[in-house]
Parts: sequence; structure tokens; C-alpha cells
Amino acid sequence: MIFLNQIVQGVLLGGYYALIACSLSFLFGVMRIVNLAHGSLAVLAAFMLFVLADRAGLSPWLGLIFAVPAMALVGWLLQVAVLERSLRSGLLVPLLSTFGLAIVLDNLLFEQFGADTRSLSPYIGDLSFDSWSLTDDITVGRLDVLMLCVAVALLGGLNLFLARTRLGRAIRATAEDPEVVGLIGINAHRVYAVATAVAMALAAVAGAFLAMRTTFDPYSGGAQLIFAFETVVIGGFGSLWGTLAGGVVLGVAQNLGAFISPHLFLIAGHVVFLAALVARVWLSGRNLRWLRVRAA
Amino acid sequence: MPDADTLLDARGIGKRFNALTVLSDVDFAIRAEEAVGIVGPNGAGKTTLLNVLSGAMPADAGHILFAGQDVSRLDAPARCRRGIGRSHQIPRPFGGMTVFENLLVAARTGGNAHGAAAYDRCVDSLRLCGMLPFANRRAEALALLDRKRLELARALATAPRLLLLDEIGGGLTDAEAAELVDIIRVIRGRGVAVVWIEHIVHVLVQVVGRLVCMDGGRVIADGPPDTVLRDAAVIDAYLGSAAHDHPVG
Repeated sequence: MIFLNQIVQGVLLGGYYALIACSLSFLFGVMRIVNLAHGSLAVLAAFMLFVLADRAGLSPWLGLIFAVPAMALVGWLLQVAVLERSLRSGLLVPLLSTFGLAIVLDNLLFEQFGADTRSLSPYIGDLSFDSWSLTDDITVGRLDVLMLCVAVALLGGLNLFLARTRLGRAIRATAEDPEVVGLIGINAHRVYAVATAVAMALAAVAGAFLAMRTTFDPYSGGAQLIFAFETVVIGGFGSLWGTLAGGVVLGVAQNLGAFISPHLFLIAGHVVFLAALVARVWLSGRNLRWLRVRAA
Repeated sequence: MPDADTLLDARGIGKRFNALTVLSDVDFAIRAEEAVGIVGPNGAGKTTLLNVLSGAMPADAGHILFAGQDVSRLDAPARCRRGIGRSHQIPRPFGGMTVFENLLVAARTGGNAHGAAAYDRCVDSLRLCGMLPFANRRAEALALLDRKRLELARALATAPRLLLLDEIGGGLTDAEAAELVDIIRVIRGRGVAVVWIEHIVHVLVQVVGRLVCMDGGRVIADGPPDTVLRDAAVIDAYLGSAAHDHPVG
């Protein structure tokens, strides 16, 4: 039963990973950009919520009403000021520019807020520690269940948005062929700006849950980025339901690793990530040839 | 000469890629509901001219008037919404979407159609292009001919007043080409002006009333097909010695 509990907790942890990964997955799916500033931007949103809670006494849930549009605006500006220019210069430049942005953001936050760790858990009352007992051995945290539900709702909502709405179809068409969409009346730059805004709104939600479930400081972004990145790679880049599956696989792997030995928590996750990466490369003949050409 | 009937009037169009001049001082005009064919050897600048007219590439020189308004500075999406549709030589459908969705996204953005009107236009375009049975297929699963028809149907879904077709007949059998001619005749019959680049001249002349021949980035002949095809400069530049072995038509 303890073993089963590890799996249940792993699935719930997977909900959190899917939550922090869906912005990364969405942005890559639409623009083929790996946003290395994703973790730092989520932390930025966490600090926004913290300031609103600490100074204005606003609960994090109400704070999201302000943080989500604010981050969407940040996303719009990010596209216009950074990504748009970077995209013109090939695939590597967006990686470098978002990496640089992460460093700038981290250090600006450090300058403003110092190295103290903070958390939103004091502002959400019982939710931060309350749990339901399913059996004698298995208890699930209410916050964890909520995060899994939010992850499913966000990913499902994103899928519906992409599949059914006019804007969603325009985004998919632009992701397929940003040149040709111009000839059917779609402005690819505007679609990219909207997509980045959506991605940053998702990052705001990710930052909120990061800050509720644990503590954070100005340099917490890096670790979140790694978990999000591993989730997306395991689930398959650009696939939204894959992102949920990837999060669950990563969470379960980490918890089973910890079950064997507490030191194996992170390592087990990294091993599964690497195994998934290698498997993807081997299964895809094209990538394999590409690697061979590079190696030759 | 442009008159009230002129739909598109491009003047003094120039385009160069670094040191290579692809279009120099090209004048091209088309009246509403007219069909014009463009012929010329490879590298004559035909596709580049379509790119410049559709806004996919900015021109380095010249002005483009469409329906009486200067569209020279507008990008491709803006020109599409004003009524310039375009199909590519190599079909570029949006994979991962169904055939119907490919049209729907075009009808709603480029064609400014909403709700039921958008669906109706998509169905109509699909029926016209014989693609209705494939409406729910994934676009990337289509064979070449069907991709070409999808490319045409998608351009039609934007409700163009001017349709720019780039070698849509290439690689087709005679029967398929005949089918294509029928489709384009119907499109013309609806009052859409057509500019069609095609190497298969005998197919082209079944539809167009005017032929433009380009060579080396210039227009070297412009007029009724019979006259243009007999033009000495055209025979020399485009048909070359092959004309003596394979008479055109």
C-alpha cells in the first residue's frame, strides 16, 4: 500500500508538473521556441501575487485576476521586443535571448526582493495542508488534487480553444506554415503575439501554484524550468495531452525513486527524461540521420 | 491603359535579390473578370511577380493599385482581405488540420466570413473543386492532385476578386488538366479575375483571353494568345529551338 501511495502521490505531483509545463509546451507547439525564461517568468508572477497578498492583503485567488492579464501583457511585450527579433535570426537566437532574459529577470527580482524565501501558503488558509484520507495508507492533499484538476482543465481548455475557435485554428495554421497564412489573410506576427500572451497567462497560473505548494525565491525559476522541460520532452514537444502524461510519468518516476532511496527522487526523474529523449531520437529515423550527419 | 474597369494596375515593378535583378520595370494590369496567362522560361520572374502582387514579398520599386487603392505598402494578409487570393506551385496545405478546417481558417480570416456564411463558402469551394468527399481527411494525407485542388479551394475560400495561380496544372494528366480547366472556367464565370502562370500552353489558352510573356524579368509580349505565341521575341526567348520540334497548341 505504501508503494501504491507513492504512485498516487506521483500522479498528483505530475499534475503540478503538467501545470508548469503547459505554457512551455504551447509556446513550442505554436512558435517552435523553447522559452528558457519560462521558470523565471513564472517566478515573476509568483512575486506579483506575493506583493498583492503581502501589501494589499489580496488572496492569491483574487490576485490572479490581476496577475493573469498582467502576465499576458508581459507576454505580448516579450514577443514584440524580444522573440519577434530573435525568430528572424534562426533557431538558436531565441534560446540565447530567452536564456539572457532569465538571467536579467532573476537578478532584477533579487535586487528588488533579496534572497529571502517566500510562500503564498500562509494566504490560502487550510488548503495548504488539508487532505483527504482515501485509505489508512493513502491521503491526498487538497491542494495537490486541485492542481491536477486545474492542469486537466487548462490543457483541455487549450485543446478545445485550438480545435474549435477561430483564433485557435488561426494559431494552428500559423504553427504549420507561418508564410502561407499571410496569403489567406492571417497576420502571423499578431498570432504569435497572442500566443505568447496566452502562454504567459498560463505561466502566471503556474507561478501561483508554485508559490502556494512550496517556497520560492528570485532564483527558483531554473529548477521549475528543468521540471517543465523534462515534462514536455517526456510527453512529446507540442502535444498538450502528452504534456499531462509527461508530468505524470515524471512525478511517478521521482516518487518511485524516492521510495527506493530518498536520494533518488531527482535522479530517477532525470533518468526517465534521458531515456525518453534517447528513445525519441532512436525512434525517429530522421533525427537519427541528422545526428549521424552531425557526428560525421 | 487603366480605366474604370481596371482591377489591378502594377506599374514599374522592380525586384532584386542582392545583385540579381529578377523584375525590372514590369507593368502589369488586369481588368475585373479578365483572365490572363503568364508564360516564360524558367527564371523569367513569373513567380516573383505573383509574390510581389500578393504581398508575400515587398517590391523594391513601383506601385500597385488594387480596386483603385494603393496597396503597395500593405502586407500579404491585408491584401488578401481586400481580395487578392493566391495558390502556390508546390501545394502548402496546413497539415494536422482537416481539409475543411484548412478552408475554414481561410474563409474566416481572409474572407471575413462569419458563422454559417463561412461554412457555406467552404462547402461551396470544396464542391467546386471536387474536394467535398475529402472534407474530413487530414490535409497531409492527400495525394498531389488533391493537394493542388485543396490549394485552389483554400484560395477560393478567401472570396478573392483576383486569383493568382502559380503552375497549378504542372504534373497533371490530360484528363486532370481538363477537369482543372472546367473548375477555373466556373471561377471566372463568377466574376473572379484570374492570373495564371502555366507552362502547359495548350491548357492555358483554353481559359485565358490574354497572354503575357516574360523573359529576364521583363514583359516581352502582351496581347491575345495567338498574337503573342506568333511573336518573334516570344518564340526566340521562351520556345527557343524546341518550338520547331514541338509546335505549341
